[in-house]
Amino acid sequence: MTSEAATAAIPALRSDQLFVNLGPQHPSTHGVLRVGLTIEGEVIVKAVPDIGYLHRGTEKLAEARGYHHCVVLTDRWDYVASMPNNLVFCLAAEKLLGVKATPRADALRVMMCELNRIASHLLFVGTYGIDIGAFTPFLYAFREREMILDLFEMVCGARLTYNYIRLGGVMVDVTPEWTAKLKEFLEYFKPKIDEYDQLLSYNPIFMARTQGVGLITAAEAVSWSLSGPNLRGSGVVYDARKADPYCGYENYDFDVVVGKEGSCWDRYFCRVTEMRQSVRIVEQVLAKLPEGPVMAAGVAKIPKPAPGEAYAHVEAARGDLGVHLVSDGGVSPFRMHVRAPSFLNLAILQEKLVGMKISDVIALLGSTDIVLGEVDR
Amino acid sequence: MGMILEKLPGITKGMPGGDLILTTADALIDLGRKQSLWPMTFGLACCAIEMMGSYAARFDFDRMGVIPRASPRQADVMIVAGTVCKKMAEPILEIYHQMPEPRFVISMGSCANCGGPYYDSYSVLKGVDRIIPVDVYIAGCPPRPEALQYAFVKLQEKVAKMSLKRGLATPQQEKGSRDLTA
Repeated sequence: MTSEAATAAIPALRSDQLFVNLGPQHPSTHGVLRVGLTIEGEVIVKAVPDIGYLHRGTEKLAEARGYHHCVVLTDRWDYVASMPNNLVFCLAAEKLLGVKATPRADALRVMMCELNRIASHLLFVGTYGIDIGAFTPFLYAFREREMILDLFEMVCGARLTYNYIRLGGVMVDVTPEWTAKLKEFLEYFKPKIDEYDQLLSYNPIFMARTQGVGLITAAEAVSWSLSGPNLRGSGVVYDARKADPYCGYENYDFDVVVGKEGSCWDRYFCRVTEMRQSVRIVEQVLAKLPEGPVMAAGVAKIPKPAPGEAYAHVEAARGDLGVHLVSDGGVSPFRMHVRAPSFLNLAILQEKLVGMKISDVIALLGSTDIVLGEVDR
Repeated sequence: MGMILEKLPGITKGMPGGDLILTTADALIDLGRKQSLWPMTFGLACCAIEMMGSYAARFDFDRMGVIPRASPRQADVMIVAGTVCKKMAEPILEIYHQMPEPRFVISMGSCANCGGPYYDSYSVLKGVDRIIPVDVYIAGCPPRPEALQYAFVKLQEKVAKMSLKRGLATPQQEKGSRDLTA
């Protein structure tokens, strides 16, 4: 319903409408999202998300880069969880090249992606707490997140933009010291998730602000093409790791976490519970880490795949991340398209924000956990 | 108070009813300014995550007097943390002008310095210094939180050299200002 139609329906009660700019530098929009809100009193009658403030033209730039160079660009889509970005591009490019990663490389890829999922969800727990008005969980969540970043730094030298997963495998093997440190971290981390539950998840104020707010039904979630915890929070059981396993996910035992009613709290709690599942997966990978090389033989320095198309998708921290590559036989992709989960998760806001109170806007916006680098690319 | 007295050049003397401090206005004002540089919470891209890391438990910016403010009206420093796209350039300029003087800019990361990995992108501004004057540049993609802290140390050194006689301009701005308000 447009704002005009909404107000025309109740002419006697019509009051002045106010246009409020949310962003692009609002501290709770998680980046540079701008939402144009038309409000009447406290109720939102129209919401128009305005994106493109971080459009860096990655898809176009990929057409002028070699396949190895494109991995660097992928790091900067979803900069909170870069490993799955590396992975999805490499999977698509490997399909084009006809290369298959070694078993050890596959296991390391799974391990890194799951660790990165934990780091990403920790950032969500911290920042969502701030959005709702609780500052303390931010400090706790970042304490643990720094430990994961230390692990990444030990193995590949970078804290955020890893470029660790390469065509045909991974950049470098892990050392025994690293695995010892990882085990130490997992033992330390498991009880911490209960601490977040005490601090934030079952905090009465937090629950009052998020339970029953921003309800998205399962049918709506599917029709708006949501994915990741946003979809599972509405009770839809879909996870690319189960539905279309890659890198040997079928060998690991884990549950797909779903919520009940699709409220902000459900989406939040899905992510907290997913961290437990990720810990489970990492432990299993550690227990049966196969030996062998971490890089497949026969990946050219300048790969020139045969003309054709390939699509690969993975379950990234924010949802179903896909890459469609078209090759014309040249040194760089003819076209690269990214199915960015944040972009599709953002679209539902324009419908869901209408009718909400202005104080709930940030609760819903924060719970979708968008990263603007991935929305705009 | 002891720390402040140590850092102020001048004379202190006990007087009935309180102490007398004889110092320059420059030294006193600069000391206050440099110990409380409040940045705006203004994240653009990847570097913003490292900026958040700097405020969090391990790196703890608070001990340097760096406390994030949500409004440009309350901020002294703008940390341009991330890629500046052409669409975002105009809001950045607007926010810069909303900040009260004296205002400082830290350009964080390769993208804000010169375009970084997007040096050939059609939509990216090749360096934030094309629209606003920058005081400190930090290299890296993204720079570590330690690098951001070092940038603040450098900015403090610069603030300590400011003087009332030259107005609010820093020595760099005096030489050739690129401030668009001028």
